[in-house]
Parts: sequence; C-alpha cells; structure tokens
Amino acid sequence: MSEKQYKLVKCIINGKAQEAIVDVRASLTDMLRNDYRMTSVKKGCEVGECGACNVIIDGECYNSCIYLAVWADGKEIKTLEGLMGPNGELSDIQQAFIDEAAVQCGFCTPGVIMSAVEILDSGKIYKREELRKLLAGHLCRCTGYQNILNAVEKTMYQRLGKELPDYLESR
Amino acid sequence: MYDIKALYEAESISHGISLLKEHPQAQIIAGGSDVLVQMREGKRAGAELISIYGLDELRGVKLEEDGTIRIGSLTSFSHITKDPVIQKYINVLGEAVDMVGGPQIRNIGTIGGNTCNGVTSADSASTLFAWDAVIEVTGPEGVRRLPIHEFYIKAGKVDLRSAELQTGILIPKESYEGYFGHYIKYAMRGAMDIATLGCSVNVKLSEDKRYLKDVRIAYGVAGPIPMRAVHAEAAAKGLEINSDTIEKVGDIVLEDVTPRDSWRASKAFREHIARVLCKRALKQSILLAGGVIHE
Repeated sequence: MSEKQYKLVKCIINGKAQEAIVDVRASLTDMLRNDYRMTSVKKGCEVGECGACNVIIDGECYNSCIYLAVWADGKEIKTLEGLMGPNGELSDIQQAFIDEAAVQCGFCTPGVIMSAVEILDSGKIYKREELRKLLAGHLCRCTGYQNILNAVEKTMYQRLGKELPDYLESR
Repeated sequence: MYDIKALYEAESISHGISLLKEHPQAQIIAGGSDVLVQMREGKRAGAELISIYGLDELRGVKLEEDGTIRIGSLTSFSHITKDPVIQKYINVLGEAVDMVGGPQIRNIGTIGGNTCNGVTSADSASTLFAWDAVIEVTGPEGVRRLPIHEFYIKAGKVDLRSAELQTGILIPKESYEGYFGHYIKYAMRGAMDIATLGCSVNVKLSEDKRYLKDVRIAYGVAGPIPMRAVHAEAAAKGLEINSDTIEKVGDIVLEDVTPRDSWRASKAFREHIARVLCKRALKQSILLAGGVIHE
C-alpha cells in the first residue's frame, strides 16, 4: 500500500448533517459502522448478495457493502437507527416484525426492514407476489420469509387504512 | 476496506478521459457491483480506480429530436424500468433489466457497466442486440458510435480503446418504430441469479398483421458474447403467421447458437431451451404486436 488517501465526506445521516474524513478504500458499511457506530448495518456477505448491510440513500435501497463511502458525499442516508421515535419507540414496521415473529436471530432484520421502509413509504399497494420480488434482495436463514412477508404486507394495509385480506387475518 | 491503491473521481466526462490518460492502468468503476465484488475476490486487488459514479450527466433516458432513444450509460436498471420513454417505446428493455439480481443491485447497477464488462449473460445485452442498439463512446479523439455487435469483441472484451468511456446507448427510431418485443430469462431461481440462457425477440408485422415483416432474435449465453440468430431471422422474414412458422423459425436457431457446457447447464440443454425460448418469445412478441396465431 502506497500513501493513504482520505476524503472529507459530508452527508445527512438519519436527518442529521454529518462529516468525517474517510479512507477512500472504505465501503459505506465501514463508514457507517466505524465512524458513526450505526451497528444496525451488518457485515454479511460483503459482495452485495445477502442484503444485511442495506440502507436507504436518497430514497432508494442500496447494499452499503458495495458502495464506496466517498460516494455518500452530499447524499441523504437512512439506517434502521433513524426509525426510532424521540422516546425510543419502535416504528410500526419494527413492531410488526415482533408481532409476526418475523425475527429470529435478527441479523438480516435491519436490512430487510429498510427495504420494507422503501416499499411502505411509496404509499403504493402491492400484491404478495410483488412484495416477494421487492424483498428478494435479502437472505434470511431463520424465519423462512413467510413471517417477514406477513409483517410487511400487514403494515402496508394498516398504513393505507385498508382491511386485511382473509388470508392475512387468520395468520 | 477494499484493496484499492488509489481512487480518482471524475468530475466531468473530459476530466474522466484525462484521468484515464494519466492512469492507463486504472480500472473504471461505475456502480461497482462487478468491480467491487471482483476486488473482494482478490481479482483486481491493489488496482487504481477511476470512479465515474458522480457523473450525473450520464444518467437518464431522453427522446431526442430525431426520435432516437438515448440512455445515459450510468442510468441504473431500476430507473430504466421506471422510465416513461422506455415504457412507451421499448418496454421489453425495462422488463429485461428488471430481472437483474435483486432490488438493491438494480438500484446500483448501470446499463453501461452491464455492457462494458463484456459478459454474455448480461440481461440488458441480448435485448439491446435485438433493438440494434448503437454504443456511444467518448475519448480523447472525440465521440465514436458503433453498432452493439461490433462493440463486443470477445468474452470479457469490448471495443473501448485507450482513455475511452462509454457515454450512452442509442436506439434509433427505425429500430423500434412498429416493433414489439419480449425477453425470456431462463434461470434456476426467481431472483439473484444469472441467466442459463436469455432470449430477446422483437417483430414487426405487415399492415394486415398476417405476415412477419421483420424478426430480430437475440441471445445471451448462447455463445461467448451476446448474438443474433441471423439464419433464423432471414428465414422468418415474410412468412405467414401461424404455429408452423413459429416452430420452423425456432428450430432454425440451432444453425446460429453455439452454447457450451458449463456448471450451470450443458450444451445440449442450452440448445434445447434456445429453441423453446425463441418460440415462446416470438409468439409473445406477435401477440403484443396485435397478431393472431392460427393453428
């Protein structure tokens, strides 16, 4: 390794303006975990397959492990930490994951929830098959995905003030 | 931390070109979903990178005055799928790139990166071949445009010369006007998978919609680089639309495809699905164009 190279990266993380001098070799996962202690951002596969490091950048989901930290300059980033209410309250989608037992070991959960946030914030209504596709960028080795889908789908109907379809009522 | 020797960030296209001239050994990085993964595997360890990710002028889809559809090379797959110009004129391209990886990959992956890495399985490539896309590259000597089939030289090698950047992908009006297309990706899983074989077909029908005026059949993974089934296309032109025609055209593709055995699938299996996918995609394209298929 020749001389180290650094860059000042200014961005908004969970609504707060931040800046840090970052090693240009760092991934966004590295920056969020090491410089900002955002430990909801997990290091899973680190090659963009498992979705454990998923965060929202300017409204779209990205695997932060294959996103250079320097690219975050000027961007608005949202992690799971940003969902917490002023007194530590859980958001509706987090509560739904608990209610539906969509969490077991919890390692994939922050990443999946951030995808769910992008889906729910769109304000659109999706069919279960469409939700499956929208959540396909995550690997979960415990829950088997059904409960995750139930949690996202129920929250979607609740946010839109719509009644749950029969197949969700009984679950 | 990635094993990056140095990172240079381009601030404009011309700055990118001068960086490429200054650092001829450096690797261009667009979205990074190939380059960074390869670095993690150690393949490009210790490389110098020139990042063009910040060049917003290379993002977006535009309908130019002469009717050419211009796709900036850094446009992400998800933005192509959502784009109204794509949806209106060449919707099949949006459908094809919506089969790449998973949602997060489609947000970071760019169509320029997908074509510049020269792999045969790229979901965008076969459809771009079918539409007779033109690749625009910009270098120290200026802008160069070439048909996509000339851009691909061999597996992993495209016609990007010293200090050149791919800056756009163009679909001329005569390529898409009156054409309707369908893409089928054959893969083992519904997401996060690479095509075992991909087939993209588009057709133009006669005025009375009884004959095939023009047919374009393109493949990914049917050879070392994406390709067109020229014999099958020539045979299909002018034929009356019926189920025999579809069978016949689908069988002739064996004169064109040259798939290989790999751990993903055997040559024999790929030859089989090359025929089946062509027939299905041809049928669907005819239906989209308003044709009726008589038994």
